[in-house]
Amino acid sequence: MKFINRALLAAAATGAALPAYAQEAMSLDEKVNTAFANFTGPFVSLIFAPLPGTSFPWIVLWLVVAASIFTIYFSFVQLRYFGHAVSLVKGDYSDPDDAGEVSHFQALATALSGTVGLGNIAGVAVAVGIGGPGATFWMILAGLLGMASKFTECTLGVKYRNEYPDGTVSGGPMYYISKGFKERGIPGGGALAILFSVFCILGALGGGNMFQANQAHAQISGIVGDYPGWITGLIFAGVVFAVIVGGIKSIANVTEKVVPFMGILYVGAALIILVVNYDKIGWAFGQIFAGAFTGLGVAGGFVGALIQGFKRAAFSNEAGVGSAAIAHSAVRTKEPITEGFVSLLEPLIDTVVICTMTALVITISGQLILDAETGNYVLNEAGSAIATVDGNSGVALTSAAFASGISWFPYVLAIAVVLFAFSTMISWSYYGLKSWTYIFGEGKTSELTFKIIFCIFIVIGAAASLGPVIDFSDAAIFAMAVVNITALYFLMSIVREELRSYSERLASGEIKKFAH
Amino acid sequence: MTTKLVIGLDGQGSGDRALTYAKDLAERIGDCELLVAYVIEWSPYSFQTAEENAQRHKRREEEISMAKERIVDPAVASLQSAGMTASGIVRHGDVAHTLNSICEKEGGHQIIVCRSSEGGFAQRIFGSSTANLVMSATVPVTVIG
Repeated sequence: MKFINRALLAAAATGAALPAYAQEAMSLDEKVNTAFANFTGPFVSLIFAPLPGTSFPWIVLWLVVAASIFTIYFSFVQLRYFGHAVSLVKGDYSDPDDAGEVSHFQALATALSGTVGLGNIAGVAVAVGIGGPGATFWMILAGLLGMASKFTECTLGVKYRNEYPDGTVSGGPMYYISKGFKERGIPGGGALAILFSVFCILGALGGGNMFQANQAHAQISGIVGDYPGWITGLIFAGVVFAVIVGGIKSIANVTEKVVPFMGILYVGAALIILVVNYDKIGWAFGQIFAGAFTGLGVAGGFVGALIQGFKRAAFSNEAGVGSAAIAHSAVRTKEPITEGFVSLLEPLIDTVVICTMTALVITISGQLILDAETGNYVLNEAGSAIATVDGNSGVALTSAAFASGISWFPYVLAIAVVLFAFSTMISWSYYGLKSWTYIFGEGKTSELTFKIIFCIFIVIGAAASLGPVIDFSDAAIFAMAVVNITALYFLMSIVREELRSYSERLASGEIKKFAH
Repeated sequence: MTTKLVIGLDGQGSGDRALTYAKDLAERIGDCELLVAYVIEWSPYSFQTAEENAQRHKRREEEISMAKERIVDPAVASLQSAGMTASGIVRHGDVAHTLNSICEKEGGHQIIVCRSSEGGFAQRIFGSSTANLVMSATVPVTVIG
């Protein structure tokens, strides 16, 4: 692609017709961007409306309060059952006669491949770029609290999934909302389930698709030079189409195997940078703690840091959103709550470990411009975010931060971003499809319609600019959380009963480890 | 006391050699019971897409049914027609570990497998698994060359 780019530049320099082509292509991107921003604006404004008299979006409070309530309601289940969750993932409690079914590890890995990705790379950069290092503190806190939300929704996801005569399963909030409400005699479950499905489809098209395509394009064009986003979009759409419509599983299989490797590579590279700069780690944590409560000059002060931290954590680990419940519901277990225990590891891995590493690398790299005299961060011209050395934001900021430690890492990161984006798209195409078929019914025509729409949105996402895409992605994902958490409040007593029964049997020795 | 022999099949022609040897051995022992085992290679730590997970139970049932129909049942029928007491079992897992587990659980006294140098499916199932079985088994293992 570098050669193609050079050829374009050479042609432009010699006065060939290419500049007109390029201008036309760029104007297409701009048209897509403007139309998209106008269309999604009201929806985004509603979801991120501030609490009266403040600048605090009500949706952020909604997520934090829910995660805190679940944490208290289940008596800090994320701490008490952490060790048990690890045992379950190791397979200590798996019946050897069930070998060949989906294991706890596989369900966790599948759910993680849908969440670990650009949220950890680009999302954290957005949070730290706007909210400063202090956003990391709130991100970690949101991750720890979010473990309880994930536990609640994934337990219900397995308990109320549909098991069809042919052996396939479908699960997720739409199923536990409709069945759980009916079981408890609460009206409105059907309507709420459909509303969740609508938002899940939007979330699949937004955060699970457009945001991924957008940031993948940003990363690729950052290396090969600027070119129209719709080209990246068309290529991505073609490959995703081949997998989800053409059934070319080999592409998905390769991705599913390479993505964990890229995740390990990413964490490994972050660790290397942190080890090399070990003398700055203490300072970086100091910035995180100080920024969490003072803001260190960022827009909106410490509230700005808090909002960014919680927003990006929720976008990254999806706790309370309901998507994980769809992924986890495929596991074969006689105890639905075991999948709840396993799922609580997700926000820990995704947010507390990986996001924190990204934030530390960005902070240590010196990409964020700090005023040495005041000790505060310098804002950009618009005053909306911290000024960076090269004016980077999003994934470009993370890339620059890693490049300051390992010069060639942006190339690896570009591959990782593309693979993460692709893997997340495949996962979310499934979540969106399950919601689509919940509303419109199973069937080849129905499924094909959704899959084609999904691919079209890849092109739109790659062509639009970051602002409108990230706003819509957040709004769509958080809209899912509005419905899902409402339902969880009504159904959480069912989970508590499951927890009581399971813990009693675990303590009495009725539930025990299998000899492997 | 009845002697129980576990015959691990690989789904290829080489498995016939293991069956033939087991028949001969069983005739010489006299009071003998034969268990034909087929293990479908499977790791709980592999990575799958959400869609594959959703269809996994269905696929597992299909895999077991196909293995029974094509590999285990014909082998059991062949042993029974020769007057032997025989039964069959299909499991998923690591081939070496699972064969040994089956043998321990069923009270087997010996495992008989065939060394296969064929590629494809046979290699997938019994490539290095035979060596692993020999090294880790808790009962005597006979490998037919």
